[in-house]
Amino acid sequence: AGKSKVDESVLDDLEEILVSSDVGVTTTIKIIDRIEARVAKDKYLGTDELNLILREEIAGLLSESENGELESLELPEGKKPYVIMVVGVNGVGKTTTIGKLAKQYKLKGKKVILGAGDTFRAAAVDQLQIWADRVGVPIVKQKMGSDPASVAFDTVQSAVKQDADVVILDTAGRLHNKVNLMNELTKIKRVMQKVTPNVPDEVLLVLDGSTGQNAFEQAKQFTAATEVTALAITKLDGTAKGGVVIGISDQFKIPVKYIGVGEGVDDLQIFNKYEFVDSFFSNK
Amino acid sequence: MFDSLSDKLDKAFHVLKGHGQITEVNVAETLKEVRRALVDADVNFKTAKEFTNIVKEKALGQNVLKSLKPNQLMVKIVKDELTEMMGGDAEGIDLSGNPSVILMSGLQGSGKTTFSGKLANFLKTKKTKKPLLVACDVYRPAAIDQLHVVGEQIGVEVFSNKEEKNPVAIAEAAIAHAKQNGHNVVILDTAGRLAVDEVMMNEISDIYKAVQPQETLFVVDAMTGQDAVNTAKAFNNVLDFDGVILTKLDGDTRGGAAISIKSVVNKPIKFIGTGEKMDAIDVFYPSRMADRILGM
Ligand SMILES: Nc1nc2c(ncn2[C@@H]2O[C@H](COP(=O)(O)OP(=O)(O)OP(=O)(O)O)[C@@H](O)[C@H]2O)c(=O)[nH]1
Ligand SMILES: Nc1nc2c(ncn2[C@@H]2O[C@H](COP(=O)(O)OP(=O)(O)OP(=O)(O)O)[C@@H](O)[C@H]2O)c(=O)[nH]1
Ligand SMILES: [K+]
Ligand SMILES: [Mg+2]
Ligand SMILES: [Mg+2]
Repeated sequence: AGKSKVDESVLDDLEEILVSSDVGVTTTIKIIDRIEARVAKDKYLGTDELNLILREEIAGLLSESENGELESLELPEGKKPYVIMVVGVNGVGKTTTIGKLAKQYKLKGKKVILGAGDTFRAAAVDQLQIWADRVGVPIVKQKMGSDPASVAFDTVQSAVKQDADVVILDTAGRLHNKVNLMNELTKIKRVMQKVTPNVPDEVLLVLDGSTGQNAFEQAKQFTAATEVTALAITKLDGTAKGGVVIGISDQFKIPVKYIGVGEGVDDLQIFNKYEFVDSFFSNK
Repeated sequence: MFDSLSDKLDKAFHVLKGHGQITEVNVAETLKEVRRALVDADVNFKTAKEFTNIVKEKALGQNVLKSLKPNQLMVKIVKDELTEMMGGDAEGIDLSGNPSVILMSGLQGSGKTTFSGKLANFLKTKKTKKPLLVACDVYRPAAIDQLHVVGEQIGVEVFSNKEEKNPVAIAEAAIAHAKQNGHNVVILDTAGRLAVDEVMMNEISDIYKAVQPQETLFVVDAMTGQDAVNTAKAFNNVLDFDGVILTKLDGDTRGGAAISIKSVVNKPIKFIGTGEKMDAIDVFYPSRMADRILGM
């Protein structure tokens, strides 16, 4: 039989690259198995072809949202206000991502309202207020320590009254293994639905790009509590690669929608799976 | 998702059974499982490789028949080695200065501001110190307000200056203020920064040079993955920090980053963060951490 150029050492290198990008052992093995299967069929593969196959196989595992560009950030018909609830563990970049998203919707001429649903973390409301001022959108807030579900209710109600297009609700960071705090998210959803049914339209789970395999458990638990509909991966402006989302997106069938690439208001991009995969192989 | 190391080794150990000794050949499969278990726990890929080589040396030639289950022997070797790697003298915090200056550093969102408060509270209540918290983060929206809220919660004074945009000047003014007002510890909270951000790394290097802290701490999220080594190395190159703070250990992350960081910079892990509240701080226990990483 003809010998393929994809030998053991090439696959070992590939394993190292994937694992070092936080793809995780299980998903890495899955990818390598797929590549081996294809190589067994198409023999005499060179490096170029291998790279192509690799991109295809990894991309095949990633669900991606339909929008190619931020400019095409379309809102679905008949959903007004379109309510986005933003969730995630502590410090991943929820509030910052909300500021960036608000700007994108505003640029599209949408009427945006922010809801200060983090009433717990020190100065969380002040932080969101600064983002609201920076972008030039209104914010609905209550005192620190008040019930976040009540803030959510107020925000959606006020959006309905003002005929706003988009509501983006901030929530306090919480670790997914804290049952009470996860139940609180479920309650926030339920209370919002008293204003208008079927909200939130989008539950955006924010993952820190430097997080390792624990992101799996985050995705699992937040999905159980809130039916996550989309992912945002932040802090990809550093050296971390965020590869864990490949397995997450594959297993939970949740699309990655946005990536965060900085602390500025414009540092948000629509996720592109090919660029994402290519970044594993660049030495940034 | 996660099997404990013992579960994994049970699967791999059929290779070893029936052999009296652990040999180069029969241990290979097992070591591969150890390496994968470590990587699954977020130990850096290279660190895990180096680690399993050490374990191999220790394991080779050990008599398996003596112990009832060979995998238990292997797990013990792995655990002891991990514990030893993360151990070493935890010297505590250097409070010899007057005032003692403690500089916080780390990536965005790792928990610096929260830990600054926890440490101030710890030093105040457990070590009868009079700390001063200093707001050197001039970038993050409401960072200064956040530190003020934290200071209020624990009854510790916060030094800030919203007009001043240079953190070096703020730090220097704060130290002068501390001297005048009898604060014997000064804790400098700084902005989060990426190791690849040259301007920001120069900034914290300038703070470090100007104030010559007794103690520079690198605050890192316990959920960090493979990149922990890059970040720790880069911060250590610039700051030669004295210790590591591992935060958010109240989650269910394995926390393998602890080993990776220890192995690349060889600095002690001094405290851990175990919650959002001001009393959620603990000293670091290497053997507990080893259990956690191995899922035991
Ligand atoms: N470099 C970089 N920093 C980011 C990015 N997104 C957020 N940050 C920073 O990460 C830190 C935490 O961001 P927040 O938006 O406060 O995170 P959060 O999830 O709301 O945090 P909590 O509400 O405390 O749980 C801040 O310093 C942000 O500036 C990003 O894409 N790149
Ligand atoms: N569960 C838990 N949350 C923590 C812990 N330490 C900090 N946090 C939370 O993590 C988030 C970020 O903490 P901060 O102290 O603001 O982090 P930071 O490093 O100062 O962030 P930047 O200034 O934006 O770089 C907040 O929501 C904190 O409440 C911890 O040990 N456990
Ligand atoms: K990156
Ligand atoms: Mg927030
Ligand atoms: Mg801070």
